Amino acid sequence: MPARLATLTVLLAAVLVAMVGAAGRLAAEDGDDAAFRARIDALAKGSYSRKARAVRAFAETGDPRAADILHHYRSGKLYRRDADGRVFVLQFEDGDALTLSDPLDPAKTVTLKSGEVTKARINNRVRRAISSALATLNLFSKNIEIRKAAADAAFKARSKSFLPLLKKALAVEKDADTRVRLRRAYAATLITYGSVAAERIAAIRSLASESSPAIVALLKPLTAKDAKGKFLEPDPAVRKAAISAVKGIESNLALWSTAGDLYRGISLGSVLLLAAIGLAVTFGVMGVINMAHGEMVVIGAYATFTVQEIFRSNAPQLFDYSLAVALPVAFVAAGIIGIVMERGIIRFLYGRPLETLLATWGVSLIIQQAVRTIFGAQNREVGNPSFMSGGFDVAGGITLTYNRLWIIVFALIVFAGLLLIVRKTSLGLKMRAVTQNRPMASAMGIRNGWVNAMTFGLGSGIAGIAGVALSQITNVSPNLGQSFIIDSFMVVVFGGVGNLWGTLVGALSLGVVNKLLEPYAGVVLGKVLVLIFIILFIQRRPRGLFALKGRAAEG
Amino acid sequence: MTLGPVTRALLADKGGRGLVGIIAAAAVLVPLANQFLPPGSPLYVPDYLVSLFGKYLCYALLALSVDLIWGFAGILSLGHGAFFALGGYAMGMYMMRQIGDRGVYKNPVLPDFMVFLNWKELPWYWFGFDSFAFAALMIVLVPGLLAFVFGWFAFRSRVTGVYLSIITQAMTYALLLAFFRNEMGFGGNNGLTDFKDVLGFNLKASSTTIGLFVASAVAVILGYILCRAITLTKFGRVLVAIRDAESRTRFLGYRVDKYKLFAFVISAVLAGIAGALYVPQVGIINPSEFSPAQSIEIVIWVAVGGRGSLYGAVLGAIVINYLKTYFTGEFPDYWLFFLGGVFVASTLFLPKGIVGTIPSFSVKRPAWLTRLAGPGRQPAEEGHG
Repeated sequence: MPARLATLTVLLAAVLVAMVGAAGRLAAEDGDDAAFRARIDALAKGSYSRKARAVRAFAETGDPRAADILHHYRSGKLYRRDADGRVFVLQFEDGDALTLSDPLDPAKTVTLKSGEVTKARINNRVRRAISSALATLNLFSKNIEIRKAAADAAFKARSKSFLPLLKKALAVEKDADTRVRLRRAYAATLITYGSVAAERIAAIRSLASESSPAIVALLKPLTAKDAKGKFLEPDPAVRKAAISAVKGIESNLALWSTAGDLYRGISLGSVLLLAAIGLAVTFGVMGVINMAHGEMVVIGAYATFTVQEIFRSNAPQLFDYSLAVALPVAFVAAGIIGIVMERGIIRFLYGRPLETLLATWGVSLIIQQAVRTIFGAQNREVGNPSFMSGGFDVAGGITLTYNRLWIIVFALIVFAGLLLIVRKTSLGLKMRAVTQNRPMASAMGIRNGWVNAMTFGLGSGIAGIAGVALSQITNVSPNLGQSFIIDSFMVVVFGGVGNLWGTLVGALSLGVVNKLLEPYAGVVLGKVLVLIFIILFIQRRPRGLFALKGRAAEG
Repeated sequence: MTLGPVTRALLADKGGRGLVGIIAAAAVLVPLANQFLPPGSPLYVPDYLVSLFGKYLCYALLALSVDLIWGFAGILSLGHGAFFALGGYAMGMYMMRQIGDRGVYKNPVLPDFMVFLNWKELPWYWFGFDSFAFAALMIVLVPGLLAFVFGWFAFRSRVTGVYLSIITQAMTYALLLAFFRNEMGFGGNNGLTDFKDVLGFNLKASSTTIGLFVASAVAVILGYILCRAITLTKFGRVLVAIRDAESRTRFLGYRVDKYKLFAFVISAVLAGIAGALYVPQVGIINPSEFSPAQSIEIVIWVAVGGRGSLYGAVLGAIVINYLKTYFTGEFPDYWLFFLGGVFVASTLFLPKGIVGTIPSFSVKRPAWLTRLAGPGRQPAEEGHG
């Protein structure tokens, strides 16, 4: 059986090789361990400055076990055996007897008399060294988030001793995002402490592509002069690179901040659009001044609140879908109240716009008080579903929150939907007919009363939908509507009554102008300026931005 | 002595005679009842009621000013509270300066809130307010000037109807926001308060309360006569023509914008005076007076009382405010229901207001008006917009 013998030999050989290999690895580990142990023992030896140095050297090993030991050191649990200088970790104290464990293996314990060991004392200097050492050790943590945080901390702290560590961490780091952060920290440390000019310039250039105020703060000292007018940075080439980098980043940052204002403006504009678009139907198309429009928004917001309460108590796991239910509920609730208002009050007042204004104001007071009686006067908090909470960072320190983003999208969808209804449906056709010429439409067989009621219901329902959206970004209170009614009227009047596109342009431009003014004039003054602008604008174009021309304008 | 047609018409104005008579009587009887009746007497009027009546009279003057432009020129201002508040602030600034070093911080020059804000010196626009004459000038000038500038722009560009209402609302809203700012130097959110005396009279003394009440009554009477005189002249008739058919009046050759501007400025000045009389009686002026809701409420006083009759406005202001005092005291939760209901009901069922509806109040109109306007006198809505 030579074959069988051969197999056996091969197996034996394999086992042997494996055993030898394992022993070799074991020996190698022992060698590493011995060096590491020597470093641990050094921690507790000599003066405080020597200890601090030892701590730094210890951290530079980048050994993952080092962090634990430093934590013990900081909390005063390291003891040094007087006999041989070996360092142990205190487990517990029992009178005179101390139970200590091996620093690398907590299971291996020894019990010693308190006279046989000395506690490894530290002072603030050592404590500082430990803290910064721990920070760098986190660069090698197994947890990716801790590594990221450590890299950012190294960027902020910038210590010369981090340079080799950061280099080492960069060599082993696999995660792309963490690498970016590490590289940034490395470049920043190199710029401050590096000795080779070419390396520092390269580091400045690599940071220049990133637009953040922190980098400007880092590079600024390189371009500054001291009290005697001497440049802080002696090397002119480095200085030049820093100056051009700062200039580039600053202009970039200014651009981003304007972009941020624009975004906030569009976001405000979309809120205004939502609040005003229902009004554009009732006021713009029907010519009815509905001062209770804001209260329709309130009804929508409270409908959302009620729906969410029902979800919370009956099906909390479906909470994310509550808004999908709240939308139709709000539309129908506000729409029905609108229809009742139209049938009960407004239809008697057609052609008397000022009386309509007063009567609907009365209705708004009644609804406001009713809401206060039913739901209480205090603010109600409406929850964000998970897909609307949070946000993401864009460059230049701007954060886009999801709820604002959704509301911009939502406002545009509502606008498009309304435009479709007015342009493409039979109700829209009748609406436009009645608006243009009431008696003629009636003669053509259009039921004026029905069209009026439906149009008013549509406008009110859209206000209700706006309430759902607004409940996601502001507190819901009975006064919510009051804060939007004047703005909404401004938008409709500015954009041009009876023109939906005018409302869109009016809302967005007022929102953007408001936010662009804010950095210069402040929130309140900015708003006052916008109001004054509108008042003056109405003088120039009494019928708004996009005035209807011809017969429709006679109203 | 021969009387001019306006004076004769004034004397023929039965409703006006009644109103002036009642207010004049109140101006005499209320102080008497306050001073000479014993506190136990059923007719005794305590101090707080005197100043409450004084407050109503200020509102009545304010309502008169709104009726002058809304009832006769068809200008529905939803920002008249702004003129009222500006007059009030001018008066408040005078009384603030009168406090002197009796404030909490004992600063002889700076009002308390400026000391609190760590201001070092008086802003330039506060200078002069230590003199009553200057303050009185400002009470008339500031609202008048604002109305002039605003009206000049608005009426020249023919902003009418609802559009005008909305921008007057924007005007008062802008002022509301501006006065809320501490940096404006008008006390921000808290406004001006803690007044000590006016013209040297202690505000806490009941004689001062009576004095202010009588002054308010006189102001309402004079304001009424002024408004009535304006509406009885040819000027007033042109205003009514503008109200009923603005374009037609323009085509007849009248400078519609000038007529409206004049009425608007007079109305704003009256509102400012009302505000100035109001502030010492309530002891505070703050930005909430600028709130658009406040201004709309004024309009409803006029609508309930009866638009275009002047005495109706006075009646409406007093009735609604009496009810407000009653409701907010007895059923605070129902006041807004009630007020809202009044808005709806008065527009639907009382288009002519109380004076136009209750027969005993319907007053025989001067003959010239019947000759001119024909029998129907419902204030028609302006022709367009």
